[in-house]
Amino acid sequence: MCLAIPMVLVERNEFEGVAEIDGVQRRISVMYVPEAEIGDFVLVHAGYAIGQVDADEAAKTLELLREYSDSMAEL
Amino acid sequence: MKAPDRVLLAHGGGGHLTRRLVEELFLPALQNPHLATLTDAAVLPEMPPGRPALTTDAFVVDPPVFAGGDIGSLSICGTVNDLAMSGARPLWLTWALILEEGVDGALLETCVRGAARAAEDAGVTVVAGDTKVVPRGKGDRLFAVTAGLGVVPPGRDLSDDHIEPGDVILVSGSIGDHGATVLAHRHDLLASGLKSDCAPLAGLVETLLESGATVRALHDPTRGGVVTVCHEVAGRSGAKVVLEEKAVPIRREVAGVCDLLGLDPLALACEGRALVWVAAEDAERALNAMQSHHLGTGSAIIGRMDAAVSGAPPVVMKTRVGGERPLDLLSGLDLPRIC
Amino acid sequence: MAGILDQLREAAEKLERRVTLMEVCGTHTHSVAGAGLRRLMPQKVRLISGPGCPVCVTPVDYLDRALALAAIPENLICTFGDLMRVPSSTVSLEHARAEGARVEVVYSPRDALDIARARPDQKVIFLSVGFETTVPTIAGALAEAEADGVPNFLILPGNKTMPQVMRVLVDDPELDVDGFLLPGHVSVITGWKLFQFLADDFNVSGVVAGFLPTDVAQGVLALVRQAVEGKAEIGNVYGRVVTAEGNTRARELVDRFFQPSDEVWRGFGTVPGSGLGLRPEYDHRNAALIEVTVPPPAEPVGCRCGDVLRGVIDPPECPLFDSGCDPDTPIGACMVSSEGTCAAWYRHERWAEGAGS
Repeated sequence: MCLAIPMVLVERNEFEGVAEIDGVQRRISVMYVPEAEIGDFVLVHAGYAIGQVDADEAAKTLELLREYSDSMAEL
Repeated sequence: MKAPDRVLLAHGGGGHLTRRLVEELFLPALQNPHLATLTDAAVLPEMPPGRPALTTDAFVVDPPVFAGGDIGSLSICGTVNDLAMSGARPLWLTWALILEEGVDGALLETCVRGAARAAEDAGVTVVAGDTKVVPRGKGDRLFAVTAGLGVVPPGRDLSDDHIEPGDVILVSGSIGDHGATVLAHRHDLLASGLKSDCAPLAGLVETLLESGATVRALHDPTRGGVVTVCHEVAGRSGAKVVLEEKAVPIRREVAGVCDLLGLDPLALACEGRALVWVAAEDAERALNAMQSHHLGTGSAIIGRMDAAVSGAPPVVMKTRVGGERPLDLLSGLDLPRIC
Repeated sequence: MAGILDQLREAAEKLERRVTLMEVCGTHTHSVAGAGLRRLMPQKVRLISGPGCPVCVTPVDYLDRALALAAIPENLICTFGDLMRVPSSTVSLEHARAEGARVEVVYSPRDALDIARARPDQKVIFLSVGFETTVPTIAGALAEAEADGVPNFLILPGNKTMPQVMRVLVDDPELDVDGFLLPGHVSVITGWKLFQFLADDFNVSGVVAGFLPTDVAQGVLALVRQAVEGKAEIGNVYGRVVTAEGNTRARELVDRFFQPSDEVWRGFGTVPGSGLGLRPEYDHRNAALIEVTVPPPAEPVGCRCGDVLRGVIDPPECPLFDSGCDPDTPIGACMVSSEGTCAAWYRHERWAEGAGS
């Protein structure tokens, strides 16, 4: 447990929103992330955003992933 | 061309309405002298030289119309591709429909046009057909059942038996597009860049085979996806399949759908892709030939065959992080999960 | 990743003895298996799975009740896909549907609520399973049902919470867990501070980790470093979504609808306070109050799911593993869910040499 994925908030109307990952969109509830704005990353589980993704930390993760995938490419 | 407003039981009854359906919709759409004779069976010209190849298929897709195709085009392409994967040149198809009472005539027309277009693209002729109508509630709008007859030219012999360790595996394009499209529709996901890869592959196959590359076998990863085909091949050839995770082409939207629903793209159906097993020394030649065809521009080398090791998994994937994981066959349906 | 694995190897070399690290999250089980990570772990680091799969720890009785409800014509059961193939004392929901029961798979509890709105003549019963991550989504659907006045939307409560069962695990004399890989998404809701008791009361370390291979490796590295240094602290390497406090708003809404209850965990028996039941003011939404006849629960003979879930044995030690029980014909729940320890083992680990011992 539990499958939750980071998605970009592309639409927001009070408690309803639309989130997107890799060009795929779904309507979600944003009732639990009142501060999330369009363009923010939210963590989506079973149709609800359950938290926000910190941009700085996410960037660090991406860098780590890039590092390893480069090093793997060299193997 | 004219479809009825709505399909009635009488349209399948064999009488007046059936005749009108055939003459006003099917004949104009599928346009060929064989069908136009409306005899009980299509008596065909002599077969070209070679061995006849025969296949049959049934189609029950939900939704019946989706981005990139419909049950009409799907049923034609699926049948053509079965023949093409066996090395046969597809020639003649039969096309039978089981319709549910009450089906919207416009939906039926869309599917008939879809089939007609696909047949033309594939260069095949639908020479015989049939229509039955079942009462409302006893069918899911449209079911299609086909048979396809083709010929394997002399000297051509594709078989998993020929596959050996060292052989290279290619795919003709991104995987899981069809499966992801259908699932996205069913689960209310919007993906404007996503559409089924439904396409007839006979032309691509001929281009590949004419290149002179030593092709051992071909398979289209339909129901059950790439992973299912790999298991079949491992079983029949007695060798081990090793795929490279980072080499497998996957569209970002397909990855997105899989991420959201918790599915594996390797298990999703493709309806216009070929998996190719080729002798290692001809891998580049095969790749170039495939990429030169408009349906193969996304072709890639995705793995190779190794010698099987007793007690070890028959199909494995080298992961992006340097690990290796066995790829198991699906057990039952792929259901969206939270866990 | 190569960098982290090197660091992990270096750190593990300094360990005086082998350490046993337990993950308690089905999604971690899946990530580890999916990336082939177990084989990349140093010899002195043993990764085991605990009761992290909500499907696996759901007792047979819950499924039996769901099936009994499904058999009533006016009821429509909605469920996450995870539960469809779990065997009950008789058959699975998948079988029941084939026999004519109304069962639908949904991605979100809101989809079940939509079905209830569309079919006012049916009583829609949502099978409410899952840990702290999922409960807010059900609370959300309940809140909407109340606000919009949708009377035919009910749930069959079956949610569980982690801390209580983790106490049981660290107290278990048969188990010797040195540290926990803490559940990443549960922690998004609860905050990582919830797990402080592991360090304070039991001197066991815990690190919250995410689910990418790099996340898991970072979590394991942090735990190994703690073991080398003789520390027992709660750490967090999933800072991009996990905070100390978690999502207060979500917990508040959960609290409106749910209250702690004593819950049966497959393999553990009753774990006090580890479940979430509906508060009495929401009896009208509680499908557990519907009278049905449920057979006495029958665990399959020989099935050792309980011991697997406690981390006491590895799947191959169960007599039914791969000899009657496999993903195609699962006997116990651990084999059904792709996160189930036995299913994950069957798919990924049974080939590995020397794995798990």
